[in-house]
Amino acid sequence: MREFLTALGNYTFLQHALLAGVLASIAGGLAGTYVVVRRVSFITGGISHTILGGMGIAYYYGLNPTKGAVVSAVIAAIIIGLVSLRARQHEDTVIGALWAIGMAVGILFISRTPGYNVDLMTFLFGNILMVSADDLLLIAALDGFIVLTVALLYNHLLAVVFDEEHARLRGLPVEALHLLLLILIALTVVILIKIVGLILVIALLTLPPAIARHYVGNLARMMVLATVLGLIFNGTGLAVSYMLDLPTGATIVVIAGVAYLLSLAVQSLRQTITPQLSK
Amino acid sequence: MSIVDNAIEITHVTFSYGPNTALRDINLIVREGESLGIVGPNGGGKTTLLKLILGLLVPKEGRIAIFGKPPARITKEIGYVPQYAGFDRTFPITASEVVLMGRLGLGKLFPSYSKADRQVVRETMEDVGVWSLTNRRLGSLSEGQQQRVLLARALATRPRLLILDEPTASVDKVAEKEIARLLRELRRRITIVMVSHDLELLDECVDRLVYVNGQLEAHTPTYYGG
Repeated sequence: MREFLTALGNYTFLQHALLAGVLASIAGGLAGTYVVVRRVSFITGGISHTILGGMGIAYYYGLNPTKGAVVSAVIAAIIIGLVSLRARQHEDTVIGALWAIGMAVGILFISRTPGYNVDLMTFLFGNILMVSADDLLLIAALDGFIVLTVALLYNHLLAVVFDEEHARLRGLPVEALHLLLLILIALTVVILIKIVGLILVIALLTLPPAIARHYVGNLARMMVLATVLGLIFNGTGLAVSYMLDLPTGATIVVIAGVAYLLSLAVQSLRQTITPQLSK
Repeated sequence: MSIVDNAIEITHVTFSYGPNTALRDINLIVREGESLGIVGPNGGGKTTLLKLILGLLVPKEGRIAIFGKPPARITKEIGYVPQYAGFDRTFPITASEVVLMGRLGLGKLFPSYSKADRQVVRETMEDVGVWSLTNRRLGSLSEGQQQRVLLARALATRPRLLILDEPTASVDKVAEKEIARLLRELRRRITIVMVSHDLELLDECVDRLVYVNGQLEAHTPTYYGG
């Protein structure tokens, strides 16, 4: 551990990685909580894979792939959101199609880009150790937007995710709020892709809030605990992967996954013991 | 003699889900201050009728007026208690947060709840007997307590019209009696429309019944207010 802390003091790439982990934990704690309680993991998967299309196109034209990811994330969130609102009976099929088309477009553009396609692996599996200062600025801006939106519209978003019908009766713009929520989730996916890549992004987005839900009674506390858990998983994963020379994204996800399974076991144990104690 | 307004006027309303007609040529008037019970078989269109009154569904034919206005323009004056069965019981939300949702609206661009909103919520939760549960997670409450929290949310809107869909469907006898007591008190102050299979509850809490099975098959003679 001392070795990691010393390296952290010396190497800028590790400092960037840690800072990216902190920013990712905040966005993930907020948006991931909505993914878990709204049960939109599949929609989120669709958005994250569609993003590869935008990243591939940006990469092909020599633009910043992360900026391409932001644009395609917003477009994917709106298209998939409208499909989920307007064509619920075909939702699975349409999202599945967009999922595959997005990935395929991304792969085609990346394959046609001159040079060695090392970046395809970076998009798929992330590389927190290659986060640049420019990336950090973009991630910080996205984080700011997500935090501000959630803070200002917390009550409205809570109403929509808890009981859409009641929110409609109270005159809230339910469809617009649903689309906004998906845009927040999509922007968070862009941030998390830098850390773990789009293959593992769902895990990092859902595992910390899923654990948090075991221990708290309301949405705001779930967001705070999910953020803290995200910080622990990102920090620990970075340190462990550095010390053992392992891929960082995968290490973070394995730590989060093991913590989730342990939390599930603790929950079932509590549920088994509590009725026996009350007898 | 005071002029009696109509709370609900439904004129020749027909509604279909795709090719399936759920309700055909419905005509109904509910006076302000009246309590109406809706009975009928499952799948007979009772909940569809409630959703038309709430403005959540729009009729293919016919006209609906709530206090003289289209439903969509007056939803904030309607309190709605849905069937609890549809909720995710693991959702992390406290009883008071649910009731506060009754105070939501579009008053401000980025709204938060005011002191007045919180006072209304406290009074309503005390009236309904759930103030002691304020910080409890909704999913940890008994079904009777959850139903009363949803009733408190509907009443926190300070509605002129209260609509309930099977309010005692999943509660025990004690909670059933408590809900019946609350509704007996409320019917003196506001218009109530309630779907229920609980004939004892309906007998205690409504002025008249209508039977819905695709059509409004039987009801007492139409009232003419105004």
